[in-house]
Amino acid sequence: MHEETVYDALTNAHDDAGHWAFGTGFDDPLAGVDTTVPDGVDPADLGAYCLMLGDDALVLAQRLTQWITAAPELEEEVAIGNTGLDLLGQARLLLARAGSVGVLGRSRSLATGSIPDEDALAYFRDADEFRCTGLVAAGNGDFGQTMVRLLVASTVRLAVLARLRDSGDPVLAAIAAKGVHELAYHRDHAARWVLRLGDGTPESHRRAQAGVDAVWPHLADLFTATDVEARLAAAGVAVDPADVRAEVHEVLTTVLERATLRVPAWPADVAPRGRAGEHGPELTGLLETLQGLARQHPAATW
Amino acid sequence: MAISAARDPRAVAETVTDPELPALTLADLGVLRDVRVHEGTVVVDITPTYSGCPAMGVMRADLLHALHTAGFDDVEVRTVLSPAWSTDWISEEGRRKLAVAGIAPPGKAPVRTTGPVPLQLGPPRRTAACPLCGSPDTEELSEFGATACKALRRCRGCREPFEHVKEI
Repeated sequence: MHEETVYDALTNAHDDAGHWAFGTGFDDPLAGVDTTVPDGVDPADLGAYCLMLGDDALVLAQRLTQWITAAPELEEEVAIGNTGLDLLGQARLLLARAGSVGVLGRSRSLATGSIPDEDALAYFRDADEFRCTGLVAAGNGDFGQTMVRLLVASTVRLAVLARLRDSGDPVLAAIAAKGVHELAYHRDHAARWVLRLGDGTPESHRRAQAGVDAVWPHLADLFTATDVEARLAAAGVAVDPADVRAEVHEVLTTVLERATLRVPAWPADVAPRGRAGEHGPELTGLLETLQGLARQHPAATW
Repeated sequence: MAISAARDPRAVAETVTDPELPALTLADLGVLRDVRVHEGTVVVDITPTYSGCPAMGVMRADLLHALHTAGFDDVEVRTVLSPAWSTDWISEEGRRKLAVAGIAPPGKAPVRTTGPVPLQLGPPRRTAACPLCGSPDTEELSEFGATACKALRRCRGCREPFEHVKEI
C-alpha cells in the first residue's frame, strides 16, 4: 500500500523509532552507507574516537543555540544558527558512526530499545560519558568571547578534519571531507568578527581581549593525545592532536595580531581532561537542557 | 507491477524537486547521484548538501512517494557521502532555474583537496550579479541566509535584496 501524501509518507516512514531526533521524518544519516570497519582497526577505539569528534560538535552546537533570540542582530543570529546546524549535522553523522561500530554495547542497546543509536548517545549518556573538550563545554560569555571560542574551536577542528580526509576509515574520511567545507566558512566568519571587535572601539577591543584571555586556558589539554587517539593515529585512522598544534598557533596568531589583540602565552600541555570524561559543572548544566525533554518523555513525538 | 515496466525509474526520480528550492529538481542540484535497479529493487543514491541539511528526510520521503506512485513497490534510498557535495555539482540547467527564480547561482567553488585550508580574513570575495536587473554591482548583507546554502545580498542598482547560493 502506498502513502497518499508526502505528509503520510513522512509520518509513516518508520514504525516507531524514526520520529525521534527532530520530530518526524528523520532517519539514520548513514542509511545505505557501508559501515564495515576496516581490517586492523579496533571497533572500540574507532567508536570512542567518533564520540570525541561527535561530542565536540554536539556540545558546541548546543552552546551556539543559546544565542537564538539573543544575538546582537538578526543576520548574526541566522549565522550562529546555521553554524550550529552544520555542527549538529556533523554530530549526527559521527554519533551514528560510533553507534554503527557498537559503541553502545549490547546491554545499553537493549535498555534504549528502539531509539536510534545517535539519539541514545546524545540524550542518554551522562556528563562523565561525554568526550568533548573543555573548550566547547565552557559557557558562551559575551558575544566577543563566543566569537573567540568559535574561532579557536573551528580552527582546531578544521585542522583535524582536513587531515582526516585521508583517514583509513572511509566513513570518517567522507564525514571529514564534508565538514571541511563548512568549518572553513565558520572559522573565517568568526575570524572576521574577532578582527572587527579587536580593531574596533576601545570597548569592543577590551571585551575581545577579555574573551581571548578567558578562552586561552582551554588550549592546555587540546594537543595531548589520548591512548585511543595515539593507537588510531598509528593505524592511519585518526589524527594525533599534537600534529595540528603548529598550524593552530599560526592561524590564531595571525588573526589576533591583525585584530591588534595580545596573544597570551600558550598554556603548557596537560593530560586530556574532557577527552577522558572529566568535566566541570558547565557541561552538566548544558546537558540538562539538551537532554531534559528526551528523558522526561522518552519516544515522544510532535 | 505491470506499470513499473513501462516507466524508467530514473526518469521518475529526476522529476522530484528540492523541498527548499522547489524550482529545482534533486537532479539539477546534484543531490541525486544514481538510480539503478538491483534484483527488482530500485536503488536511489542521494548525497547531503550540508552535513546538517534538515531536508534530507523530506527528500527521501519525496523520492519514495514518487517512485511508489509510479508503480515501483521496492525502493531503497541510500545516502552517499563521498565525494562530498559542493555547489559545483549544480547543473547548468539548475543554475538557469535558480536565476529565473530570483536566486543568484553560485560561482566556482573553492578547491580544497589537501593540506591546510588558508584563512580568508578580508571581506568575502564572492560576487554575484543581480538576478533581477542583471547589475554586477551588488553587496553582501549577510554570509548566512534563510537556509544553510544561501547568503543574502543587495543590488546597488535596483536596490532589491536577493538570495545567493554561496559557493562551498
